[in-house]
Amino acid sequence: MAGYADPGFDTLALHAGATPDATGARAVPIHLTTSFVFESSEHAASLFNLERAGHVYSRISNPTNAVLEQRISALEGGVGAISVASGQAALHLCIATLMGAGSHIVASTALYGGSQNLLHYTLRRFGIETTFVKPGDLDAWRAAVQPNTKLFFGETVGNPGLDVLNTPEVAAIAHAAGVPLLVDSTLTSPWLVQPFTQGADLVYHSATKFLSGHGTVIGGLVVDGGSFDWDASGKFPELSAPYEGFHNMVFTEEASVGAFLLRARREGLRDFGACLSPHSAWLILQGIETLSLRMERHMRNTQRVVEFLAKHPLVSRVGHPMLESHPDHALAQKLLPRGAGSVFSFDIKGSRAQGKAFVEALKVFSHLANVGDCRSLVIHPASTTHFRMDDEALAKGGISQGTIRLSIGLEEADDLLDDLKRALRAAEKAEK
Amino acid sequence: MHIQVNNAPLYCYTGGKALDAAKPTVVFIHGVLNDHSVWILQSRYFANHGWNVLALDLPGHCRSGGTPATTVEAAADVVIALLDAAGIQKAALVGHSFGSLVALEAAGRAPERVSQLVLVGTAHPMQVSPALIDASLNAPQKALDMVNVFSRSTLAPPPSALGPGTWIYGASMALGKKVLASNKEVNLFHTGFVACDSYRNGEVAMERVACPTLFVLGDVDQMTPPKAAKSLISKAKQGKVVMLPGGHHQMTETPEAMLKALVDFLQPL
Repeated sequence: MAGYADPGFDTLALHAGATPDATGARAVPIHLTTSFVFESSEHAASLFNLERAGHVYSRISNPTNAVLEQRISALEGGVGAISVASGQAALHLCIATLMGAGSHIVASTALYGGSQNLLHYTLRRFGIETTFVKPGDLDAWRAAVQPNTKLFFGETVGNPGLDVLNTPEVAAIAHAAGVPLLVDSTLTSPWLVQPFTQGADLVYHSATKFLSGHGTVIGGLVVDGGSFDWDASGKFPELSAPYEGFHNMVFTEEASVGAFLLRARREGLRDFGACLSPHSAWLILQGIETLSLRMERHMRNTQRVVEFLAKHPLVSRVGHPMLESHPDHALAQKLLPRGAGSVFSFDIKGSRAQGKAFVEALKVFSHLANVGDCRSLVIHPASTTHFRMDDEALAKGGISQGTIRLSIGLEEADDLLDDLKRALRAAEKAEK
Repeated sequence: MHIQVNNAPLYCYTGGKALDAAKPTVVFIHGVLNDHSVWILQSRYFANHGWNVLALDLPGHCRSGGTPATTVEAAADVVIALLDAAGIQKAALVGHSFGSLVALEAAGRAPERVSQLVLVGTAHPMQVSPALIDASLNAPQKALDMVNVFSRSTLAPPPSALGPGTWIYGASMALGKKVLASNKEVNLFHTGFVACDSYRNGEVAMERVACPTLFVLGDVDQMTPPKAAKSLISKAKQGKVVMLPGGHHQMTETPEAMLKALVDFLQPL
């Protein structure tokens, strides 16, 4: 069916969660208010006691944020979502909701540097250990499971080598171990893949990237697929046993699906407080409205750039799964038929100085630490996003000292190719 | 809590409160491929406002043991048996969709045991198209999608059971899948739809009901359109109708109006 009751992706991207309010405003209003007036003392008590649903305080929920949360849930096929201050806050909220000291995570080696830092260094200080495994090594995922394992975690396409996560297989291994699979889908967005359809249980985004697209806002989103059986697992008393910190509530009894969301909002936002500003939520919504149009262009431009670089004599490697030379080419064709994203890396033949000359000669591409902007971006991971990692850890993530990461934007493809040609010429002439 | 009913443990959500013989009791009965959780807001409200609440998982559904009822009449007997097992002489019955037929039949079978009757999203006969019945058996995921599309009336539901940021359509799909998966021996979807479709005793039961009856209908409900409740409304001796601005997900798409309808009807005992 088609129409309002059964809308397609593009319609949901514009309408899910939003309807004209009492003022008649067609666009989503920004509700910049810390708090919401109670109708009565009775109403206040009912809201606090979860007898009635509504907004109390914007750290916990806000009408503008709720539109964003419904919209990303609709696009991902989830039961609900929570908006937070950044992608890192989203990852932290997932982990902090599901476990405490003494717990263990199995994670892909191909992660954003910030996520790697959180798991490898910071969470260890809080008693949460992580075993890192090559995303494509299914036996390693299986072998890494410990009695205290609470979570599997990977990126749909690993940053920056674009290792494609075999979500159906990794999810099956996670579920056999009684734990959920959390997937960072920042680089793919729901336009390229909806991980819940492939077996993932929780999905998060750095909404700063493709969901926003305009490079003006930091934000994160956590979506619950509602499919994981927390009771049957037996590993999550956080959700299946009475919680003294919130009315002795057993979250899995309150919510047969979506128990994770209840605790993440009622504890995570209440106590950790990494909430998203309603203004930021509104900015992200502006981006999502054009997600389909932008992703189509991102992918078209990426194809032109990848094909250009793959043939250039100064380029030794292009790491995009659209190329048959990429180890995950076949997997990408199967799991990501619309493409594996527009963030990828390549290696320049030559010295570190030549790599530096290349980056500095670019004029259309901006040298900065972000991806998923409407403008094309470039960065040298070894000296920036992954600078804390030693050579061995870099190699595990598919990064070398000469790797350049590109995020292909929405400019004219011919202008991007011209910029790259010129910068490669500059690199060729630079000191070797 | 679990209560032993017909030699099987029947799960009832109580809103976090222990049963108190001094309080009146309200029983919430869910529809096909649902469970107690569709009544969470209403359950918590009444449990904190002077009522015992029993929001059950019907037999063979989710947290309840036992064999699923294959007819409305058999499910109604379970509700009456639940009252017996819990030591409750009289209760208000609130049912949604299939659950409304169960509540109606129970009130007709044991009119002296029912203080008030609330039929939410009801119809009689509650006919299910042969194509949907077939799909529930042979293509349950497709049928589940159809049911949720028919049940939806808005792309912007207000905050409800899981709080703000809930996508009701996705939550209903996930719940349906979970309930379906909760019973490996019986297809609860097909069994429930056949029970709805084959029930013909509604008007007889309605004539036997001795208590006030509230009909809570959705004005754009495509699953149980308001006109399909007319035959029951005409037979109700103390009937009242509240029309909500929405579809078949009355508890989640119009939670505030739903609560008001229940409070207005149930409060003056």
